[in-house]
Amino acid sequence: MSRGRLLRGALLAVLLVAPFVPMGGVRQYVLHVAIQIFIWSFIGQAWSLMGRFGLVSLGHGAFLGVGAYTTTLLWNFYSLTPWIGALLAVAAAVAIAVVLGIPCFRFRVVGHYFALVTLAVGEVIRLLIIAERDWTGGSLGASLKTAGTASGLWTLQFADKRVFYYASLGMFLAGLWVWDRVDRSMARSALQAIGEDETAAASVGIHVTRFKLGITVVSAALTALGGVLYAQYISYVNPDTLSGIGVSLKIVFAVVLGGMYSLMGPLVGTALTTALSEGLRIAFGLKFLGMADTIYGLLLIIFIIFLPSGIYGSIRNAIRRRSGASKTAPA
Amino acid sequence: MDPIFLVEAAINGILLGGVLALLALGLNLIFGVLDIVWVAYVDLVMVCMYAVYFFNVAFGWPIWAAGLVSLAAGALLGVAVHLLIISPILTSAPINQFLATGGLLFFLQSAATFLWTTDHRTVRLNLPSYEIAGIFLPATRIIPFAISILAVIALYLFLTRTYIGTAIRAVSQDRDAMSLMGASPQRIYIVTSAVGGLMAGLAGALLIFQYSVHPFFGGQFGPLTFMICVLGGLGNMVGAFIASFIMSEIIAIGGVVISTEMGYVIAFVIFIVMMFVRPGGILAKRE
Repeated sequence: MSRGRLLRGALLAVLLVAPFVPMGGVRQYVLHVAIQIFIWSFIGQAWSLMGRFGLVSLGHGAFLGVGAYTTTLLWNFYSLTPWIGALLAVAAAVAIAVVLGIPCFRFRVVGHYFALVTLAVGEVIRLLIIAERDWTGGSLGASLKTAGTASGLWTLQFADKRVFYYASLGMFLAGLWVWDRVDRSMARSALQAIGEDETAAASVGIHVTRFKLGITVVSAALTALGGVLYAQYISYVNPDTLSGIGVSLKIVFAVVLGGMYSLMGPLVGTALTTALSEGLRIAFGLKFLGMADTIYGLLLIIFIIFLPSGIYGSIRNAIRRRSGASKTAPA
Repeated sequence: MDPIFLVEAAINGILLGGVLALLALGLNLIFGVLDIVWVAYVDLVMVCMYAVYFFNVAFGWPIWAAGLVSLAAGALLGVAVHLLIISPILTSAPINQFLATGGLLFFLQSAATFLWTTDHRTVRLNLPSYEIAGIFLPATRIIPFAISILAVIALYLFLTRTYIGTAIRAVSQDRDAMSLMGASPQRIYIVTSAVGGLMAGLAGALLIFQYSVHPFFGGQFGPLTFMICVLGGLGNMVGAFIASFIMSEIIAIGGVVISTEMGYVIAFVIFIVMMFVRPGGILAKRE
C-alpha cells in the first residue's frame, strides 16, 4: 500500500471515530463546526466543478435556495418525506440549470457576462422567495416543522448531531469522488479546451454546449443536495442566507481562498474561513460584530492579489516545483 | 387601479432613473477604461453616505458642505482602490479581478458593520413637497434628480471638451494604441478612478436624501447597477444612460402594479433575456 493511501485511510479513521472522543461540554460545539465545514466544503466543491473551467457562476445561491426550500416547504405543508423532497429539489435545480444553461451556452454568454447572468438568476430566486411570503415566510424565513416522535430516518430529523456529522462527512466524501471522477475523465480535457478557446474546441469536434450543460447540471444538482442537508440540519431556511448574491459570493470566496483548481481547495478554504469566523467570535464575542468578516474580506483581497491559486493550490505548487526541481537537477 | 398611481409611479421612475444613471455612468466609465467591473462600487457609495451622515448629523455641518466632503471622500477612495487593489492585478485573469473587488465589497460591508453597527441612519431634511394635479413631488426626489442630470452633462462635457477627457476616451477605445502614441496609461487610470469615485461620492450625497444608510446598502443597488451597465453595453455611456431609465421605470411601475420584489424580478428577467438577445447592449448592432 502506498504511503499516500495509508495516510488517507488513517485520516478517514480519525474522522470516523472523532464523534466518540470524550470532549466534555464542547462536544456539541465541535461537532456543529465540523458539520458546517463539511456541508459548505461540499457546496464549494460543487461550485468549483464549474468554476475551474472558467464557468464562474455568481448565482449558486439559486440552486442552494431551491434545494433547501423545496424539501422544507414540502415537509411543512404536505409532510412529504425529505427523501422524495430531495429528489424533487434536485429535479428543480437541474431544471433551472438547463433553462439557464441552454441559452447561455448557445448564445456564448461567457466570462463577465456569464457571471452577471447567473448573479441575476440568484437574485431572482431570492426575490421570488421573499415575494411569495404567504407560504415561504418571506424575508423572515421559515422553520422546519419538527417531526416530534416521528423523527428518524424517514423524516431525516435527528436530535443527535453525530448522525448529521456522518451524513455531512459522507456527502463530502461523495463530493470528492465526483470531483475526482470528473478530473480523470475525458470531459475534463474537453472542458479545459473549451475554457481556453471555445471556437478552437468546437473546431476539433468537441460538443461545446453539451459538455458545458453537463457540468452545470451536475454542479447544480450537488449544490441543491447541499442545500437540502443544510436545511435539515439547521431546520430553518432564510432567503438571505440561502440564496442571492451574499451566499453566492460566500461560496466562491471560500473556494478561491483554498484553491479553485485543487481537490482539497474547497475544504481548506471553508475550514479556514469557518475557523477564522468562529475563532474571532469566541475571542471577541458579539461585541465586535463584523470584525471577523472585516479581517476575512481583507485576507481575500490580499490572497487574490498575492496567491491567485489559493492557499492549498499555492502550497501544492510549491511542493511540486521543489520535488520537480530536485528530480531534474542531477540530470 | 386609478391611472393617477401609474402616472405617479412613472414620474418616480424617472426621478429614480436620474440617480441610477449617475451610478451606472461612474461604474461604466471605469469599466470602459480599465476593463474591470468594480463589484464594490455601490459599497463605496455606502461609505460616502456615512460621510454625509456623520458630517451633517454628528458634526453639524450644513448639508452642502457634508456633500462636498462626500465628493472628496469618493474621489480619494476611487484612487485608493485603484492603487491598492486594481493596479497590482491589472493583467491577471478577469475572474481574479472580479473577486478582488468582490472581496472589497465584503470588507467594506463588514467594516461598516463593525464600525457603525447595523442601525439604519437617516439625514433629516425639512424639504417641501409639491402637489401638481394630485401628484405629490417631494423635493427630496426632485433635487437629487436635477443635480444628477447636471452631473451627467458635466461628465459629458469633461469627456468631450477637455484634453484629459479625450485621452480617457482614447484609452477606452484602444489601450495598446494609446501607449504606442507615447501616453502613459497609468495617469489616465488614476484620473478615471478619481472621476468614478467622485461620481460615487455625488451619488452617495444624493441617495441619502431619500434612503437611510446601513452597511448592506450596496446590496440594494449593486446588482441593479451592474445590470444597467451590461444592458446599456459595458463601456457604452449613452447606452447606460438609457438603460438606467428603462430599469427604473420597470421597477417603479412593476412595484406599484404587483409588488416591489416582483418589480425587481421582472427587471432582472428582462436583463437575462436581453443578454441572450443582445449581449452587446441595447444600442449594439445586431450581429
